[in-house]
Amino acid sequence: MERATASPYPAPAGAGFFYPSTAVGGRRHLLGLERVSREAIVDLLDAARLYRERLAAGRWRSDALAQVAVCNAFFEDSTRTRCSFELAEQRLGAMHVSFGPAGTSVSKGETLLDTLRVLQSMRVEIIVVRHRSAGVPAFLAGQLDASIVNAGDGEHEHPTQGLLDLMTLGDAWQERFDGRRLAIVGDIAHSRVARSAIAGLTTLGAEVTVCGPATLLPADVEALGCEVAPTVEDALSGADGVMALRLQKERMESGLLPSLGEYAATWGLTPERIRLMKPEAVVMHPGPMNRGVEIAPEVADGARSRVFDQTANGLPVRCAVLAWCATGDAKAAA
Amino acid sequence: MSALVIRGARHWRTGAPLDLAIADGLIVDRAPDGAPELDAKGAILAPGLVDLHVHLREPGQSAKETIATGTRAAAAGGFTAVACMPNTDPVLDSVAWIEWVLSRARAAGRCRVHPIGAVTLGQKGETLTPAHALARAGAVALSDDGRPVMSAGMMRHALEYAAQAELPIVCHEEDLTLRGEGVMHEGFTATRLGLRGIPGAAETVMVRRDVELAALTGGRVHLAHLSTAESFEALRDAKRRGLAVSGETCPHYWTLTDESVGDYDTRAKMNPPLRSAADRDATIAAIQDGTIDCFVTDHAPHTEEEKRQPFAEAPFGIVGLETALALTITFLVEPGHLSLERALELWTDARLEPGHPADVTLIDADAEWTIDATRFHSKGRNTPFDGWRVHGKVLATVCAGAVTHADAALAVRGALPEFAEARA
Repeated sequence: MERATASPYPAPAGAGFFYPSTAVGGRRHLLGLERVSREAIVDLLDAARLYRERLAAGRWRSDALAQVAVCNAFFEDSTRTRCSFELAEQRLGAMHVSFGPAGTSVSKGETLLDTLRVLQSMRVEIIVVRHRSAGVPAFLAGQLDASIVNAGDGEHEHPTQGLLDLMTLGDAWQERFDGRRLAIVGDIAHSRVARSAIAGLTTLGAEVTVCGPATLLPADVEALGCEVAPTVEDALSGADGVMALRLQKERMESGLLPSLGEYAATWGLTPERIRLMKPEAVVMHPGPMNRGVEIAPEVADGARSRVFDQTANGLPVRCAVLAWCATGDAKAAA
Repeated sequence: MSALVIRGARHWRTGAPLDLAIADGLIVDRAPDGAPELDAKGAILAPGLVDLHVHLREPGQSAKETIATGTRAAAAGGFTAVACMPNTDPVLDSVAWIEWVLSRARAAGRCRVHPIGAVTLGQKGETLTPAHALARAGAVALSDDGRPVMSAGMMRHALEYAAQAELPIVCHEEDLTLRGEGVMHEGFTATRLGLRGIPGAAETVMVRRDVELAALTGGRVHLAHLSTAESFEALRDAKRRGLAVSGETCPHYWTLTDESVGDYDTRAKMNPPLRSAADRDATIAAIQDGTIDCFVTDHAPHTEEEKRQPFAEAPFGIVGLETALALTITFLVEPGHLSLERALELWTDARLEPGHPADVTLIDADAEWTIDATRFHSKGRNTPFDGWRVHGKVLATVCAGAVTHADAALAVRGALPEFAEARA
């Protein structure tokens, strides 16, 4: 059965997520890590390491994106991701504007699409968007003549987080992903971080084991390409790393979990459980952490913790993504 | 005094050559001399199709559809009668609104319109509607479609009360606590897209509940738009027990699966949602073994603005009147799941016999065409089938002896009776 190609609707079924772009005017987008090729991920990570070297060398700033205007459209609260994008844009010399969930014209009843059309009319080339609703970046990519970078869409993906997690694991694993295994523990169902991590890691050849309360595991999660372990101990045994996911308090209110105490006792990353992993295995958390719930303080601050490396890697990763969107070459500003 | 002869057709059951004479809105043995003639050129003549589940959106939502445009779409799809759902704004929960719909249909409609009244006032699930008065005003059934009656106690009373008024209750089966914030079928596609899922059990537990309530009350339960394998099984059980329970399904459930959501395509968003491949196969099996009593479209038009939104925010529903017959022929008859005769039986209970109302549909079952939403008569363009190549075309629709839809290619002699004339 053939489908017509012309459609007034966004993101026709089967459209490629990364490239070739399906957007108006052939813009480059980062909508998710699902369906991004291994080559593209490796290219972005190589570029990110170059930016990290530049940043480490001192007061570095490029003017490679000096002619480029970027808008950070955050329809949902964010501290680390938004600051990281803003700093990356400034480091690359781009013009940029930002807005948060409060005080936007969306609160005056304007549609999401109209709000972003207004920005497009101001000649914004790249729109970094975070929204509570899954699929918003794909939707915008089909409607606007601008590059769309997904900074987190609902419970779908958070691809720059996924890339910084890959970069952090690459450092710990000497860039060898084959045969490595990451355990992801916690609220998989509601986690965009988990979806991006699973997509990126499986593309690079690593294995992923997820585990968590049955109420927080999504349907057919194995089909994403990961294993499901019955207990946290099973998941951690022999793993090369673990990522604890943030536990939202709303999960108790909506009847998915009995209590924080029960969660911490059954699924929390404790020093004893961490020792089930390989000796060189690392501990990650996308933040913000609930210390004492999904991760014990001594684990968060322990020798295996890479939590603050993750946030540090966010900046060079976003430099690479922005440079790629603006020029097609992730290393353009290095 | 209007008359019409359809010449050179083939009978939908026997395939035998058929000339059908129509006078004064009825099928007759012989038409008056000089009656206009329509040359069917061997096309299949069937009783007019009936759609028991349509959203005409009036009163209150005329940006989505009107009784005029919705019934025009029905005529184009081969339908001569539709039953329209009461989840309008305001809800069809009073005699005044039932009468209003009927009067709008008389003034602007292009097919017979049978309004369905609400089960509870405002579809709020709290107070029963006046079923006897609604029945006298012309309501053919009761339904809180779109908003299930969540209280089993209230549903029990509604079934008992409606039974006395001889009205079936058309049950939108969905446990809202199981649906939660779900926007598509719970399964791998929802997981991949990060969208909240609606498990099949959200439908089936309510089907099971209402089957038991039918047993308890003796009320007439009609299960709306069934979509899961387990729901069909529940309907089978109910029939085995001899309960007054019937059920319907829609073309999209035998054609598509949740994978059609693709990358957040809001045209594939409806409620119940597109299910798994196993559910789709079970739909076809339930059609084949007679579990399903009738086909409906659940025609649910929305504006392009409403559908051009992030997936979770876009409304549920797709249009179906103008694609129903082609999807039946292309995906049930052509693959050999069902004979054309049986497929048409599931779309109509009208009769092609003298003395019966002249509600007929002329069908070219082989004609290939491309679905083009921009050419719909419905205001709604929200279909996942846009651009599909399909077989089976409605050449003409005749309702109450008047031509309500005619393909441009039809050969006609004389002036065909217009529907407005028949209405008057």
